[in-house]
Amino acid sequence: MDWFVYGFSALAIASAIMVITRRNPIISALYLCLTLFCLAALFVLLEAYFIAAVQVLVYAGAVMVLFIFVIMLLNLDPEKMIVEYFQTPRMISVISALLLFGFLTFVFWTNNITGERGYDFPVQITQGGGHLKAMSSKLFTTFLLAFEVTSILLLVAIVGAVVLAKRKV
Amino acid sequence: MDYSGVMLVTSAAIFTIGVAGVLIRRNALIFFMSIELMLNAANLAFASFSYFLNSLDGQVFVFFVMMVAAAEAAVGLGIIIAIFKNRKTVDLYDLRLLQG
Repeated sequence: MDWFVYGFSALAIASAIMVITRRNPIISALYLCLTLFCLAALFVLLEAYFIAAVQVLVYAGAVMVLFIFVIMLLNLDPEKMIVEYFQTPRMISVISALLLFGFLTFVFWTNNITGERGYDFPVQITQGGGHLKAMSSKLFTTFLLAFEVTSILLLVAIVGAVVLAKRKV
Repeated sequence: MDYSGVMLVTSAAIFTIGVAGVLIRRNALIFFMSIELMLNAANLAFASFSYFLNSLDGQVFVFFVMMVAAAEAAVGLGIIIAIFKNRKTVDLYDLRLLQG
């Protein structure tokens, strides 16, 4: 179990680094797909089974297909930027990103997790009819308003995407 | 089994890589992929806290973040296509002026 956690974490971080360092967008997109699958595996290890399934369906399925369609539609040349990696502004960007990582890691390692504890223990979820049932009962009672607002957001996104793509420019 | 530290540090690392991608890349598509990386890092942190606090609320939040990310990807890629039709480039360095 431990080795799965370390292995998938390391693979996710390595492929995320590959996403931002490849010149060709299509290779970046495929490494992003690998990162998303590794994160789905980490969700399974965190016992978030529904989230893992949605991660594979929505992110690795729908969103990645959208990205790859757009990359192929635009038919770009690979970016000519490898020689520019070590110019001063980029070095400053990388150093400030590393400082951010150091700060976040310091906060996570030196503090215990605080906050209100819930009552959704794994045993009770299993006895109550499974993970999906527990989650959907929360989604359709406590978070019902947010769920409905999300449907409106998706409708707005569909209309917006159609209008943007149809526009005569 | 307590691997909260590992999960949260992974989440911090992926978020940082996303920030670095936004800062150093010029290609609008990879800029967008970096934003997806940051959203996913936040999702991992949400799922970790949900696991360690024994509460499913965090996973419901992850679900909403995924819906918002899907909407954002659809609209954002539509904007990139509109920019490409207009300017024949998606290099963000060429698009830094607001004039058309």
